[in-house]
Amino acid sequence: MIAVVRFGGSNCDRDAVRALDAVGVDAEIVWHEDGLPADTDGVVIPGGFSYGDYLRAGAMAARSPIMDDVRAAAESGTPVLGICNGAQIGCEGGLTPGAFTTNRSARFQCEHVHLRVENADTPWTRAYDEGDVVEFPIAHGEGRFEIPDAELAAVEDENRVLFRYCDADGTVTDKANPNGSKHNVAGLLGADETIAVMMPHPERAALPLLGRTDGQGVLEAFA
Amino acid sequence: MSAYTATVTVRLKRGVLDPEAETTKRALERLGFELEALRSTDRFEVDLDAADADAAAERAEEMAERLLANPTIHDYDVDVAARE
Repeated sequence: MIAVVRFGGSNCDRDAVRALDAVGVDAEIVWHEDGLPADTDGVVIPGGFSYGDYLRAGAMAARSPIMDDVRAAAESGTPVLGICNGAQIGCEGGLTPGAFTTNRSARFQCEHVHLRVENADTPWTRAYDEGDVVEFPIAHGEGRFEIPDAELAAVEDENRVLFRYCDADGTVTDKANPNGSKHNVAGLLGADETIAVMMPHPERAALPLLGRTDGQGVLEAFA
Repeated sequence: MSAYTATVTVRLKRGVLDPEAETTKRALERLGFELEALRSTDRFEVDLDAADADAAAERAEEMAERLLANPTIHDYDVDVAARE
């Protein structure tokens, strides 16, 4: 069973369960105070505004007790995916390097973006080919990826960037960078390939009724 | 034990873009002010009891390391003063 962790202020938890269901994955919402169930095979930290974004987006949830469970699960190889606010929580909680902070525009942005698949040899991107262009929605005010240059170089050397913002043809340009993220990074791996965070929403691009289903490939990591 | 207030100031590291500060700067310029740059900071005033000022500072620094600041993007400093 995949645990979709709900904090006060999570708002993409039900979308994640429905999207996982669409790719044949059994998922349940888990209230953060209840801790991870013993039969957890995977964890999604969904989008939203946990703890009202107090202090910094994700700062409070990252230090809540259930995150000790999530870190322990991640260390034992259980796949963990943080989406949007879940990505902010993942970086704040040390699952992945870097930080997601205020968009270059200083505005909340809700739009569709193109992403280039940078590494197709991970559980999250196996459904794609390297260089593929996918279209996911973003909806965030703090999605600008920041990381010290030396750490970014290490992440890139280790091929841990999953997706970069690009134009419709797959060219990574500053114009196609919606939030000012360093090197257009939209999603990356943690220390292990089973840990991933991304600001764009694969679960909002996973239901045939809503149009594009580009995001299913990410969620198939849990299948 | 003595009473102290530890003031923790958290600011973005030099070179990290601060879009809100940029927007604020532009608004000040629209109001006719002349300025070269503007930086915003978060300031936390923490009342605590500790054996001495060094112990108070040490505890406040750990608060900054573990929660008040994000070391990836922030620098911080701590100033401790006796509290009445």
